[in-house]
Amino acid sequence: MIPEVGHFALILALALSICQCALPLLGAHRNDQAMMGVARPAAVGQFVFIAISFGCLTWSFLQSDFSVLYVASHSQLSLPTAYKISAVWGAHEGSLLLWVLLLAGWTVLVCRYSSELPEKFSARVIAVMGGLSFGFLLFTLLTSNPFERLLPAAADGADLNPLLQDPGLAIHPPILYIGYVGFSVAFAFAIAAMISGDLDQKWARWTRPWTTSAWLFLTVGIALGSWWAYYELGWGGWWFWDPVENASFMPWLIGTALIHSLAVTEKRGLFKSWTLLLAISAFSLSLLGTFLVRSGILISVHSFAVDPERGLFILAFLGIVIGGALVLYAWRAPSMDSEAGFRPVSRETFLVLNNVLLVIATALILGGTLAPLFVELLDGSKISVGPPYFEIAFAIPMVPLVLLMAIGMHTAWRNQAPKALVNKLRLPAMVAVVVGILIPLIFYGGTSVMLAVGAIAAIWVMLASVIDPIRSWKRGAGSVALTRGAIGMSVAHFGVGFFVLGVTVVSAFTVEADRSLRIGDRENVAGYEFELRGLKNTTGPNYQALEGEVDIYKDGDFIGQVRPQKRTYLVQKSPMTEAGIDAGWNRDLFVALGDPLGNDAWSVRLQYKPLIRFIWLGAFIMALGGLIAASDRRYRLTATQKESVRIQQGEPA
Amino acid sequence: MLAVGLTVAGIAIAAMLTLQAFKDSMMFFVEISEVEKGNYPADRNFRVGGLVVEGSVQRAPGELMVAFDLTDLTSKLTVNYAGILPDLFREGQGIVAHGRLNDSGTFVADEVLAKHDENYMPPEVADSLAKAAAAQEAISKSEAAKQ
Repeated sequence: MIPEVGHFALILALALSICQCALPLLGAHRNDQAMMGVARPAAVGQFVFIAISFGCLTWSFLQSDFSVLYVASHSQLSLPTAYKISAVWGAHEGSLLLWVLLLAGWTVLVCRYSSELPEKFSARVIAVMGGLSFGFLLFTLLTSNPFERLLPAAADGADLNPLLQDPGLAIHPPILYIGYVGFSVAFAFAIAAMISGDLDQKWARWTRPWTTSAWLFLTVGIALGSWWAYYELGWGGWWFWDPVENASFMPWLIGTALIHSLAVTEKRGLFKSWTLLLAISAFSLSLLGTFLVRSGILISVHSFAVDPERGLFILAFLGIVIGGALVLYAWRAPSMDSEAGFRPVSRETFLVLNNVLLVIATALILGGTLAPLFVELLDGSKISVGPPYFEIAFAIPMVPLVLLMAIGMHTAWRNQAPKALVNKLRLPAMVAVVVGILIPLIFYGGTSVMLAVGAIAAIWVMLASVIDPIRSWKRGAGSVALTRGAIGMSVAHFGVGFFVLGVTVVSAFTVEADRSLRIGDRENVAGYEFELRGLKNTTGPNYQALEGEVDIYKDGDFIGQVRPQKRTYLVQKSPMTEAGIDAGWNRDLFVALGDPLGNDAWSVRLQYKPLIRFIWLGAFIMALGGLIAASDRRYRLTATQKESVRIQQGEPA
Repeated sequence: MLAVGLTVAGIAIAAMLTLQAFKDSMMFFVEISEVEKGNYPADRNFRVGGLVVEGSVQRAPGELMVAFDLTDLTSKLTVNYAGILPDLFREGQGIVAHGRLNDSGTFVADEVLAKHDENYMPPEVADSLAKAAAAQEAISKSEAAKQ
């Protein structure tokens, strides 16, 4: 009964999404108040019905209702309750339902916070989001119904994939999806602006907090995914450049470009059509990424044919959304040229460079990700593109980007006197060069060109980011405070430096060793002694495990014990490696248990990972910067108030 | 002029490095029967995939070095690997290996991949098995026709 309620609620939501899309669009066209008035209630209603539907699926999981095919395939009686809930989005059908729920959630937020926008404009924004929702709901209902019954019901379920039974992966997809789906708001704003044909600086100001919010969730989502891969996939890597990761990273890069381009459009009224294109691209890449990953087309062309129905629907939907948006863009964008100018040394120039470099990086990653697909279509041979390509292709635009970032944030709009800039940045530059070369030498006993470049760039950005906050703090009370926008920018850029430092040091000084150990054996890796003390059997709620006890010593002193496990999940009979990690702010010691090698010996992977925590911490700092910037109060003021505030405060970015 | 020249040169160098990196890290998937015929890239890494032959996994006790046979059901290839095998590696399972062929015709792997799903067959492996099976069938048919 409950699953049918959920299914029916989803159908009602589909019906409401049609109203939410069609009536406000028509109403805005005809200037009909009543029709435009449908937008908000329809959006709220849609959210309520999708929430009911989502609740029904969750309930079916909690009740272990194995007469529902999706539940029977992805849950099991002894699965811990928390994972019964996260199993809801553990596979294709449920994650689609989560996607539409979040889309409806963002729409309700837009309804709630768009009362200051012109009525026609907000009606169109909500209508576009309703249209997107319609596509997804139709896709869910026609090809991926999570409420499909299984008759006769299974006695027990097939269990959730053991890899997904982890707190990190329970929250990673929802947060990532909030980010993906959040770009639909910027997309809808762009479409609404193009339909109405007037795109002014107010448009950019309305779009900025939404875009920044979506971006910060995407940042956290990607960082959580990377963290999870590090400790759960078992072998200590933090980024693999596989298609799934690239699919989430490309919208992030374009979203980052969009945030910066929106700054120019808001402050100076420039790059309007470029900003529109980025807003369309960010969401299109989100769509492309999710769907390509879900359909399996990126792993191989052949898995596309496994479910032609889903594949065709995906292609058609992508074609309509992206194609439609681009056609509208081609038609409308040329009339949105701007006339204001700027000098070569100005913040505008640096933001152009930022955009160019981010777009190049995205294009190179997209090329590498899709290359196997095209090669197979062209001549039938199967290739794969390995991480070395992505590392180099990504580093080439990123090194100049990070170096220029420090200068860009201290450059004034319109025209900057080069001399003042040099004076301001001379000291940080010298400190960065000295420290960037010395740190690796002193702490890690060596350096190289790439290492020095990375460390200098990282310290250079971190120093440049704190100049303004420190100056403002020194001046103390009574002086003009930095806006939240400016603080957010400083924090986010500081996070970038932090992240770059982590990546640089981890890549240069990680020590990895696969060893054969018997009980009582000691191995030295990077100055740490690892001793296998014992092995014992242990059991969890739905698995059995062999647990190793590994003591770690440094210079003869005991510093800790880790317990890596080799788990066997009882239902799927699949083995899983659970790494033992001794974490510290400046290094992780990572131990994973391999296979029995005979003669009582076990293969063990021992790793020393310096500064690896900086990678995720850097990402969280970036997201924090986004949070601060998005909460800037000028986004909540009306246009006229805004002008006077801006005059009082000078012009922050 | 100088700035423009430097920019152009910088972009050209960057493009060259990127293309070179692409060439270097591009790996072809070669079917085992093709490897047997000698159709494989000689001086670079490539990928092979197939089923691990039952009873073929061998290692010297207490050592990391492991050897096993890989088959597409018509041809066989011996693989050597020094390292920790993935969780789902086992006899009868489909796997993919990265590496190159040594002079004695053994594939020396520097990476062995098995996916985290019991039902999962790497797509290349499934494809390669299907092709080998089709070839086998064609042969047995033509033999049947001869008799």
